[in-house]
Amino acid sequence: MDKTRSALRFKQVSTQELPNWCGGCGDFNILFALKGAVAELDIPLENVVLVSGIGCGSKTPHFIKTYGFEGLHGRILPVATGVKLANKDLTVIAIGGDGDGYGIGAGHLFHTLRRNFDMTYIVQNNAVYGLTKGQTSPTSEKGFKSNSTPSGALEDATNPMVLGITTGATYVARGYAYDVDHLKKLIIGAVEHKGFSLLDVFQPCTTYNKIQTVAWYKQHLKKLEDDTSFDSKNKQEALKRAMQWGETIWYGKFYQERKSTYEEGLPQIAKASLLNQMRENQNIDISPLMNKFK
Amino acid sequence: MNRKINDFTWKIAGVAGDGILSAGLHMFAKTALRSGLYVFSNAEYPSLIRGGHNHLDVRVNEKEVHSHSKFVDLLVALNQDSIDYHIHKISENGGIVYDLDQPKIDMEYVKKKHINLYYIPLLKLATECGGKIMRNTVAIGASFGLLDFDVDILDSVIKDTFGKKGEVVVENNIKAARAGYDYAKEHFSTFGFKLEKRVRKNTVFLSGNEAITAGAIKAGCKFYSAYPMTPASSILSSMASQEKNYNIVVKHTEDEISAINMAIGASYAGVRSMTGTSGGGFALMVEGFGLASITETPLVVVEAQRPGPGTGMATHTGQADLRFIMHASTDEAPRIIIAPGDIDECFYETIHAFNLADKYQMAVVILTDKYLGESYMTTHEFNQSLVKIDRGKLLTDEQALKENDYRRYKVTADGVSSRTVPGQKNGQHVASSYEHDEYGFEREEEIIRMAMHDKRFRKLDQVKLELKEPELVGEKNADITIIGWGSTKGPVFEAIKLLKEKGLKANYLQIKYLIPFHTEKITKIMKEAKLTVCIEGNKLGQLAGVIKEQNGMDVNYKILKYDGRPFAPEDIAKIVESILQHKAEKIIVLNGYQEAHKTSDLKDIKNINFSKMITPQN
Repeated sequence: MDKTRSALRFKQVSTQELPNWCGGCGDFNILFALKGAVAELDIPLENVVLVSGIGCGSKTPHFIKTYGFEGLHGRILPVATGVKLANKDLTVIAIGGDGDGYGIGAGHLFHTLRRNFDMTYIVQNNAVYGLTKGQTSPTSEKGFKSNSTPSGALEDATNPMVLGITTGATYVARGYAYDVDHLKKLIIGAVEHKGFSLLDVFQPCTTYNKIQTVAWYKQHLKKLEDDTSFDSKNKQEALKRAMQWGETIWYGKFYQERKSTYEEGLPQIAKASLLNQMRENQNIDISPLMNKFK
Repeated sequence: MNRKINDFTWKIAGVAGDGILSAGLHMFAKTALRSGLYVFSNAEYPSLIRGGHNHLDVRVNEKEVHSHSKFVDLLVALNQDSIDYHIHKISENGGIVYDLDQPKIDMEYVKKKHINLYYIPLLKLATECGGKIMRNTVAIGASFGLLDFDVDILDSVIKDTFGKKGEVVVENNIKAARAGYDYAKEHFSTFGFKLEKRVRKNTVFLSGNEAITAGAIKAGCKFYSAYPMTPASSILSSMASQEKNYNIVVKHTEDEISAINMAIGASYAGVRSMTGTSGGGFALMVEGFGLASITETPLVVVEAQRPGPGTGMATHTGQADLRFIMHASTDEAPRIIIAPGDIDECFYETIHAFNLADKYQMAVVILTDKYLGESYMTTHEFNQSLVKIDRGKLLTDEQALKENDYRRYKVTADGVSSRTVPGQKNGQHVASSYEHDEYGFEREEEIIRMAMHDKRFRKLDQVKLELKEPELVGEKNADITIIGWGSTKGPVFEAIKLLKEKGLKANYLQIKYLIPFHTEKITKIMKEAKLTVCIEGNKLGQLAGVIKEQNGMDVNYKILKYDGRPFAPEDIAKIVESILQHKAEKIIVLNGYQEAHKTSDLKDIKNINFSKMITPQN
C-alpha cells in the first residue's frame, strides 16, 4: 500500500474515543503500531476483530474502528477462538496484558498454543499489574517488590517466548513498545502469518514498574534482526535466544514455521465459514439423524 | 392363567463392564420399539468404569409410557448383588433369570409373591456360541422366550448393533439370542407376562440429551463447546458424532470457562452456539454467563443437574440447582430459564431456546437433569415442519450498510437493539464486559448505567408476554393439584394414572419457564385448587420457595427427594393418597435407601433418625 493511502487509512482507523493511559505508557505506542499495521494491511476494517480482556491495554478495541470484543479478565483466547471458528474469514487479533494472558488466562494460552489457529495474540507485557495499581505479575522479576509481594516475589518470572516456541505457536516474536516501527512490522508479520502468532511486547509501566524502565530496556535489549547469523526457521537456535535472559535480552522474531492450522483440519468449514453456511441454509433436515433413533 | 400383555418391566443388573447398557438399550428396548410398543428406559450406575452395581430398566407398554416403574416383572440378575438389591421390587408372578449355581434368594418372598426362578446357564450358552461376552445376549433371548416375544426383530436389531464389528460378531450374537430363547422355551412353562407385536406408528426412541442434540441441530446450532461432565457429556459426544454430517464445529475445551467464552465468541460472530455442562461446570461458567448478559450476546446453555455440592454424585439425578441457575452471575443479570419435562420438550424447547436467545440477545438456560437427559423414551417423530427459525433483530448486510451512526446498544422501548456481526460494513462496535453506552464504549455515568441496566431487564417483560402460560393438565375439578418442574413430569403423569385407577382425582401444573415466571397465572391456578402439593428433587423445596417469593402463597404440601434417584410414580401416588386421607406431614421427604441397598451396607446409619422421611413399602 502506498504511503498516502496508508496515512489516510490511519486516520479512518481511529474512533472518537481517547485513551487515558499514564504519560509515557507503552500502550500508546502499541496502539499506534497496531493502528499503523491495521492501516497498512489491506483488510477491510469490518473484517478485523480485536478481542481483549481486562487491563489497561485491553481497552485498545475502543480506539480502533474494527469490530471489538472486550471480554472478561483472562478469557481473551477462548472468545477469539470462538470468533475464528464461527467465521474463519475474519482477521482475529487478540490483545491483552501479561496478567491477563500469563496469569489468570495461562490455562487457555497453553491450550491455544497447541491448536495453531490462524490468529494473532499481542501481549502488552509491562511485568506488572497496572489497572489494579501495581501488583506483581507472572513476568515480574524474581524479588520484585510490590504491594502484593512486599518482601519480594518468590516465583521465577515466566518466559513467554520459550513457552510459545515449545508449545506450538508457529510465529513467536517479541516487540518493544519504544521501537514502534519495528513493532508495526512484527504485527504485520504476525497477522500475515498463517497460524498462531504469539507477539509479546515489552513496555515500560511508568507508574508501577521501577525496575523494567526505558533505561533498563535500553541497556539490555538487542534486536534479532540486527544479527544476520540468526535464522528464525531454526527452532533450537530460536529457543537458545529466547532463553537468554541477562546482560542481553533479545527481541524481534524468534521463530516462524508453516504448519497446518486447526481450521485446516476441519472439513466442516473447508468450503465456507460456519456463518456463511448458516446464512445459506436455515432449514436443516434432521431426518438422517432421526433415523438413528428408529 | 391370565397373562399380562404389553405391560411389563424388564431389569438387567450386574457390575459395570458387563455391557448392561448396550444390551438393554440397543437390543431389548429397540426390539420392543420396532415391534410397535412404547418403551421407557433408564439406568442407574455408579461413577466407575469397572465394578460397582449397574442396573437398567426397560419398561414396555402398549401405550405411551412416561417414566420408569418402581417394580420389576423380570429381573436378569448377573450376580448375587443383583438379586439382593432388587428381589423385593419384583412384582407378583414376576421372575428372576440367573445363572448362579448357588444363589441366595429370599424364598419366603418368592413364595409370597409367586415369583418364578429361571435358572438359565447364560455363561455356558454364551461360551458355546462364541464367547462369554455374549451372556447378555443370551439373557435377552431367554427373556424373549419367557415372554413369547418375536425373536426375528431382535435379529435385525443385533445386525444394527453389532454390524460395525463384523459378520462373525453379528452371527454369534444371533446364535446366542436363539440359544437363550430356545432354552427358556424348552425348560419353562408359561410366564405371567407376554409381549405382543402391534402396528408401529411413527415412533422414535431417544434420550433427553439426544433430543437436545437433535433440537440444536434443527435450530441451526453450528458451534458447540463443552468440557465433559456427567450427565451432560453425552450431548458433547452426540453433537460430535454429527459434526461432519451437519457441518458443526464441536470443541472439547480445556475447561468450562473456555467453553462458555468460546460459545460467546462464536455467537458474537453470528453463529448459533451452545454449551452444556452440569452444576460443577456451570459454577466455572458463572462469570461468562454474566458476560453474555452484559454484552447481550445470544447463548444457549444446557445445565444437566446432578447431586452436589462439589463433585456430589456424578451419575445420579437431582433438581437442586434451580436457585443457583436463577441467580448465577454477579449483580443482577437477566436470563431465561426453561426446564423441559420430557423428551419432546427437550427437542422443541431447545429450538425455542435458540430463537429466544437470538430474539432477546440473552442467555437461555435449558435446565435438565440426569434422569431426563439420560433416560430413553419412545415418542412420536418430531414434526420438523413446525420449526421456525427467528434470528430477531440481526441486521442483513444491506441493512447494516445503511447505518451511519450505528449504535449496537441503542436504548429501545422493548429493550432489544439491532445487532450486527463482524464482517458487516458500518456495523463495527465494541461489545464490552464493562458497563457501556449505546455505542458500546465504556461508561460509568450513573444515568447511562441505569438506562442500560433497565434496557437489559426490559427484554424480560417482552419474553414473558411471548412465553406460553402454564396450564393445568388432567382432571378439571381435581382433589389435588400437583405442582412440579422438569423431569418429574413423567413420574407425575404415571402417578396420576395410578391415582385415577383408585378413583382419586389429581391434576398437574408443570412450570416449564422459571424465568420469567408467570406469577399471575400460577396464583390463579393455586387459588382455584382444592389442595396443592409441590414435588421436586431437592431438600429445601426450591420451587415452592420461588412460588412463595413471587405470590406470597404456600403450597399445602411438599414432596421432596434428594437421594440422587428419580421419583417413582408408585411412591408419588401413595403419598398423594395419604395426603388426601389427611395422613401426611406437610413436608414429605422420600428416600429409597431400603430398596437401593442391602441393609447390611447401612448398618452404621440405619439407626439415624431420618425425621419426617418416608420409605413407601411395596
